[in-house]
Amino acid sequence: MEFYRQMVLIRRFEEKAGQLYGLGLIGGFCHLYIGQEAVAVGIQSALEPGKDSVITGYRDHGHMLAYGIDPKLIMAELTGREAGISRGKGGSMHMFSVEHKFFGGHGIVGAQVSLGTGLGFAHKYRGDGGVCVAYFGDGAANQGQVYESFNMAELWKLPIIFVIENNQYAMGTSVNRSSAEDQLYRRGESFRIPGLQVDGMDVLAVRGATEEALKWVQDGNGPILLEMKTYRYRGHSMSDPAKYRSREEVQAMREKSDPIEGAKKYLAEMGVSEDELKKIDQDIRKIVSDAADFAETSPEPELSELYTDVLVEQY
Amino acid sequence: MGIEIKMPALSPTMEEGTLAKWLVKEGDEVRSGDILAEIETDKATMEFEAVDEGKIGAIVVPEGTEGVKVGTVIATMAGEGDKTAAAAPKAEESAPPAKPEAAPEAPKKAESGTSKLGSETKASIADPDLPEGTEMVKTTVREALRDAMAEEMRRDERVFVMGEEVAEYQGAYKVTQGLLEEFGAKRVIDTPITEHGFAGVGAGAAMGGLRPVIEFMTFNFAMQAIDHIINSAAKTNYMSGGQMRCPIVFRGPNGAASRVAAQHSQNYGPWYAAVPGLIVIAPYDAADAKGLLKAAIRSEDPVVFLENELVYGRSFDVPKVDDYVLPIGKARIVREGKDVTLVSYSIGVGVALDAAETLAGEGIDAEVIDLRTLRPLDTATVLQSLKKTNRLVVVEEGWPVCSISSEIAAVVMEQGFDDLDAPVLRVTNEDVPLPYAANLEKAALIDADRVVTAAKKVCYKG
Repeated sequence: MEFYRQMVLIRRFEEKAGQLYGLGLIGGFCHLYIGQEAVAVGIQSALEPGKDSVITGYRDHGHMLAYGIDPKLIMAELTGREAGISRGKGGSMHMFSVEHKFFGGHGIVGAQVSLGTGLGFAHKYRGDGGVCVAYFGDGAANQGQVYESFNMAELWKLPIIFVIENNQYAMGTSVNRSSAEDQLYRRGESFRIPGLQVDGMDVLAVRGATEEALKWVQDGNGPILLEMKTYRYRGHSMSDPAKYRSREEVQAMREKSDPIEGAKKYLAEMGVSEDELKKIDQDIRKIVSDAADFAETSPEPELSELYTDVLVEQY
Repeated sequence: MGIEIKMPALSPTMEEGTLAKWLVKEGDEVRSGDILAEIETDKATMEFEAVDEGKIGAIVVPEGTEGVKVGTVIATMAGEGDKTAAAAPKAEESAPPAKPEAAPEAPKKAESGTSKLGSETKASIADPDLPEGTEMVKTTVREALRDAMAEEMRRDERVFVMGEEVAEYQGAYKVTQGLLEEFGAKRVIDTPITEHGFAGVGAGAAMGGLRPVIEFMTFNFAMQAIDHIINSAAKTNYMSGGQMRCPIVFRGPNGAASRVAAQHSQNYGPWYAAVPGLIVIAPYDAADAKGLLKAAIRSEDPVVFLENELVYGRSFDVPKVDDYVLPIGKARIVREGKDVTLVSYSIGVGVALDAAETLAGEGIDAEVIDLRTLRPLDTATVLQSLKKTNRLVVVEEGWPVCSISSEIAAVVMEQGFDDLDAPVLRVTNEDVPLPYAANLEKAALIDADRVVTAAKKVCYKG
């Protein structure tokens, strides 16, 4: 039920973000997570808050929502307001919550994999028992630094789960047009990192695989790779016309594999009534519209903020 | 109550577009995600999806209309009557700010980048006073750097050293000699040859609460890692609104060594000094190397610490005190004089001092300033010296274009114009990749003679 709630929250939040983008209230690049909800929700639910750390790329709204970060702060960051989680200075692609051990929100494709390996290094160095989850896409999976990181992570047996969110398109280039080995879960093989391929549209499958992966890592076996087969319904970013795939392909995916519809079925089998789900939907709509109101009405940063936080110390 | 459907902005730069085709008609029921229309921008034809559920009321802008401004109401929809309908912003409010009201009035005077960096608090900070009779110990720069790291590692468990050959080999240039023995393999870590990767691992570890000292065998190889130094380390604190810090030191030899040719001989000082969010330090002598490296490791900010291979073996006096930490961002007058100011950093300071010695023999009393920190740049000390000497030469072992020398020249022109009795001259390497042949290499690099010539010229004695 909570999975369903979170996935609906992400879906509605992203739809609203798309709408605000259309109204010019959100600027720049804005990458929506619609279609991929089950991945973040399934994985985040298995982690221990305050202990395990998470890092991802620029398609980051969903992960933050799944981590229980206040939608208002995220939406206000999207509209570039003082109350935003990065005080309006980061925007869609650069959001962080150290309090939640959510380490961003990185705009350079693949960078989060090395940085995440560093977070894993810090867990091991301190011996705090935490595990880092580093998310990246099928596009980033072809970056050189990913393999440099795989090598060090396995060499030093770092506690890290590499999650490839394979939504099948790196911007406009499909996996088989960009990848010699398109079974991405096998990408760790030459570093002796085991990999699992998971149905990323099924939140329970994601949760189950994550539990397995956590156990492997926590037992001191070093890193593991999870390939989440998923799909984004929207373009790469708001300004992507998505001409590289047919409308039918997207529609078929929505009809057959939608993670939210899938969760609904599970819940129906468990005897949850339609009304209960409707209630959740209504609550979420309220949360999202409140977040949007907040994000539209709260003030922009003061001009004096321009020079703050460039450095931590005074020299 | 209806929902107004407005012409969407479909790219960061779109201001208007053509409503190419409606895929729904009045009275149609739509669900969120259904395609409503096709819209042509200057770049592409995009599909425009419904966000809310409901029934299409009126289509206001017919298909085929060109030049529809973003934010124009193109259709109305009768909503389900839920909260989202109420949330649809009113037309006036939502008209997107077409242009962000003409560039916000120049936020603080953006003179030249570095002028902003002279922070107000700096004047009061000076090198620590040493008690009278403090013993001075002859120390090589190499040893001073090692001592700085060892002292900080003893002081703070979070400090560790990582890089190629730093542990078992004892450092490619022996700077990390003895650290493995004292601190063990957990804190002195040999990496594979993988600069991009381990710079990222270091930055991630810093974000995760540790204090990494990342050694590059030389800064030439840091080119593979520059993305993490700039995009990951330097920008994080700002992008996160001050939430997430990256206290890390990237260190290693920088600049020309000897006869190793173009790919191994480059001064990256100006590159890193151009980046807001970084601290860049380039010391010359052993005491500064020690005091500033200790300060760098303690800093909450990311630091690029540029050493010089040719200086590693030179010996200097280092005060024998328990905890010798120097202020970052403060230049030092290494030789006082009244006729001309020679400004330099790193190995150039040695060249400037040699030149000053020669000049003294010719009756010119030169003052030599070691910048020590390249960002933030201590322009106050330079300008103060200029007030006294009215003449200035910048000495830099590096290329002339977009250099620290050009920056100093610009600052002096902007803020010290009235104190100048002659144009500022720059003595830099020649503007070519460094050649291998001994004679060509010599011709390409700065030397004391060129500094002497320039100093005489600005004193009108050349």
